[in-house]
Amino acid sequence: MAILTKDEAHALLKKVLSYSKADECEVNLNSNDSANIRYARNSVSTSGKVTQSQLVVSSAFGKKLGIATINEFDDASLEKVVRRSEELAKLAPENPEYVPFLGPQTYPDSMMYVQSTADITPKLRADLVAQSLNVAKNAKAVAAGFLEDNTSFNAMMNSKGLFAYNTSTNTNFSVTVRTEDGKGSGYATRGYNDIRKLDTKKTTEIATEKAVKSANAKGIEPGKYTVILEPAAAAVLLERIFFGLDAREADEGRSFLSKAGGGTRLGEKLVDERVNIYSDPMHPDLPTSTWSGDGRLQEKISWIEKGVIKNLSYSRYWAEKKGVKAVPGPDAAIMEGGTKSLEELIAGTKKGVLVTRLWYIRDVDPQSLLLTGLTRDGTFYIENGKIQYPIKNFRFNESPIIMLNNLEELGKVERTVSVESNQNYLLPPLKIRDFTFSSLSDAV
Amino acid sequence: MKRRDFIYLTGMGASGAALLSGIPGMGKSIPPEKVLETVDVALKKQLADVALNAARSKGATYSDVRIGRYLNQFVVTREEKVQNIVNTESYGLGVRVIANGGWGFAATDKLDKDSIAKAAETAVAIAKENSKLLTEPVQLAPQKGYGEVSWKTPIQKNAFEVPIKEKVDLLLGVNDAAMKSGASYITSLLFLINEQKYFASTDGSYIDQDVHRIWPAFFITKIDATTGKFETRNTLSAPMGMGYEYLDWRPQDKIQSVTTLYKGRYDMLEDAKSGGVQAGEKLKAKSVEPGKYDLILDPSHLWLTIHESVGHPTELDRVLGYEANFAGTSFLTLDKWQSKKFNFGSKIVNFVADKTQVGSLGAVGYDDEGVQCGKWDLIKDGILVNYQTIRDQAHIIGLNASQGCCYADNWSSVQFQRMPNVSLQPGKQKKSIDDLIKGVEKGIYIIGDGSFSIDQQRYNFQFGGQLFYEIKNGKIAGMLKDVAYQANSQEFWNSCVEIADESDYRLGGAFGDGKGQPPQSNSVSHGAATARFNSVNVINTSRNIG
Repeated sequence: MAILTKDEAHALLKKVLSYSKADECEVNLNSNDSANIRYARNSVSTSGKVTQSQLVVSSAFGKKLGIATINEFDDASLEKVVRRSEELAKLAPENPEYVPFLGPQTYPDSMMYVQSTADITPKLRADLVAQSLNVAKNAKAVAAGFLEDNTSFNAMMNSKGLFAYNTSTNTNFSVTVRTEDGKGSGYATRGYNDIRKLDTKKTTEIATEKAVKSANAKGIEPGKYTVILEPAAAAVLLERIFFGLDAREADEGRSFLSKAGGGTRLGEKLVDERVNIYSDPMHPDLPTSTWSGDGRLQEKISWIEKGVIKNLSYSRYWAEKKGVKAVPGPDAAIMEGGTKSLEELIAGTKKGVLVTRLWYIRDVDPQSLLLTGLTRDGTFYIENGKIQYPIKNFRFNESPIIMLNNLEELGKVERTVSVESNQNYLLPPLKIRDFTFSSLSDAV
Repeated sequence: MKRRDFIYLTGMGASGAALLSGIPGMGKSIPPEKVLETVDVALKKQLADVALNAARSKGATYSDVRIGRYLNQFVVTREEKVQNIVNTESYGLGVRVIANGGWGFAATDKLDKDSIAKAAETAVAIAKENSKLLTEPVQLAPQKGYGEVSWKTPIQKNAFEVPIKEKVDLLLGVNDAAMKSGASYITSLLFLINEQKYFASTDGSYIDQDVHRIWPAFFITKIDATTGKFETRNTLSAPMGMGYEYLDWRPQDKIQSVTTLYKGRYDMLEDAKSGGVQAGEKLKAKSVEPGKYDLILDPSHLWLTIHESVGHPTELDRVLGYEANFAGTSFLTLDKWQSKKFNFGSKIVNFVADKTQVGSLGAVGYDDEGVQCGKWDLIKDGILVNYQTIRDQAHIIGLNASQGCCYADNWSSVQFQRMPNVSLQPGKQKKSIDDLIKGVEKGIYIIGDGSFSIDQQRYNFQFGGQLFYEIKNGKIAGMLKDVAYQANSQEFWNSCVEIADESDYRLGGAFGDGKGQPPQSNSVSHGAATARFNSVNVINTSRNIG
């Protein structure tokens, strides 16, 4: 299916709803064009293009809900999918947590769609990858990378009069460059809504420089170190906080945001007062959807303000039960930073470790949000304001909550991509004291 | 479907979400009766030929096509409530070609002849465009065509035919048992998968396969309201390549240890009852003193250590650098294999790759590039002897045929090298779990899988678990908590000194092992008997965030 205009999507969804005989009916439509090129060993490996559409129909009789979907859009198919969802609803047990669908909402137009990304050609993709490969080949290094782009639209409508529509584009690029002898490795990643902002040459140059400089790393003793986490490294730790903002988990006593004796830590100062984290669907550097999957308006929301837990996210059911506003979880997060560049943070560091990338992050203890994982693709020892030499990779065991209490300095915010979730964020590099490295790894 | 949308659809929320990463083939929801219909093989052959002919006419020198119908059913409950019942279906076609020496791939969910031909043309166009970036042309290991063949998972009871009510009753009964034995919360689920896969290639194969998998699971939380502390206890089940018969347990399927362990069949109700009690015991357990311990590792735990420290580093594509940007490379470099004397583990350590093992998640008749599956040694008497590979990499290790390790998690994903079942062979001498424990002076007995993390070349790992028991002078001396062990893969497998005999051999497995860009999910089993590892570094994971 092509990208439908707002009017075309409205007409199609209205037609679907016209077939409904249920107490309530809601329809979601998504269509996505995605393409990618993958390369390794300085040569393209796999690549492809996929188009997929999906129409989801939710029908409810009382508290009984049925969901069915289809990817054909002729009138007979549209009626059939509505009937199927109604049959399923009649078979389903009553859900005591069912909340009736939302009524009409007003949303601003989202800023996620950029025509130049939607217009990308196979040749442009190949050229962008060629530019990356040339950097690595000229440096007699070996590149492995991934370039992907998506163009999609989402629309929803329900029998209570709600209608929502968004289009979006995105491109993510990442590259790992290794020295020919395998003794050095460097990484860089970028994500944008607008493909014109992507500079695969410059990004690969950063990864190549890290690869060359990280060769023949020295082992230093594990222990507590001051670290400077580049935004891509900070992302994979901080997003565990973003993913854990659910009020119900906290209310039920099984989250790092639960309070001893019951209740949540909402309103409590949990981390350093310089920590401010929010989400904003209309941020020009990281626009996200203006509505959540169930039609709720996505607004600018502060999650942590001056170190205090300011808001938690609620399902509509839990919000109703608790008598509070049903704030949906964020689609992306933004952390406020400072004015210093990464180089300036390094220059102001007496002794410390520069971390390019963290890898294989897993929860160890949900109570303290203790995480484990390893450094990767460019870890360096800093002394007297300068990078002195590459060091062997470490395993860490650290909680991002403890980490944000040990905050030394925040650098300048940039858009980055989580290697774990593929989500884009706006984050500063973080300088943290007493970061716990628990063992050495031989991995390069 | 985005993972987040799926979590919303199943009504699982954050606590279950982490466990769902990479479940394959999310697609559209369909009513229950639709899942029992299959697509006619003659029609699939016609559609496949459209793609193969179109690719050939545009200049492809090789092409293969996969027509997939991927069915999932999820029944999700918490405490006394049914959270959601979801049937999903994903149906479409993916075509892969070689043109000008390079790969191209395209996929479509429109299965009319024009759309299929167009997908094949797109795949050829991509291959030609990207061939400019090749350093050398793709070299495929020869593969004979099998003609029209088929394969089915040998199930006894098709889980999709079991009425929803029976499944709901089972899960609500499980929740009730756990709550009565002390759980504060429980989420329980049944995940059912049926991959109806049709493969055809210009080599002359037309392969129809019907693959079934099942995973019953629960997650218990126990909260101490006064201290605000909580502990969790997850299911000891294994995801299996079986039908609903996995839940029809028999007395011979149980092994009695400090808790009941399950072999080939699973008593979910009993495990939930024990789980509720054990979650409470964990709250009161002694926090571990860090240091060196001899570890006795149960197969319900050891499978994950095998998966990460043996399964992944023996993948040839990682060794060669194809996964360098994401999953990583491997410490098991070609020179170590060529030397024929690289000591991966102690002499009793033998690992076998096997895509034919009955009941396993990885069992299929043919892989996703039309290669009949088999079994081979990876580690023999502690020495690295082989890898896992596919058609376009087999020649690099001197093979003239693929080992059949190619897999795609959906019709819309391009197939690539994925892990077969990789299993530790049981000990040759008769030894039980008790025999192993008896010999340990200072140790920890670990049951169930928990937190896991390993570096990108698979040297340094850290694992948690579900249940930890202190061993003092050959006897179980009570429960421990806050346990994780760290080791280097080679040192760890060289510290393996005892393995129980085959009567203790059991399968564990990963339902959603992630790899590749864009990430794809694979299901794979790992067999083992209980094993002992000497002098492993144990850390304490307790922290206070104030």
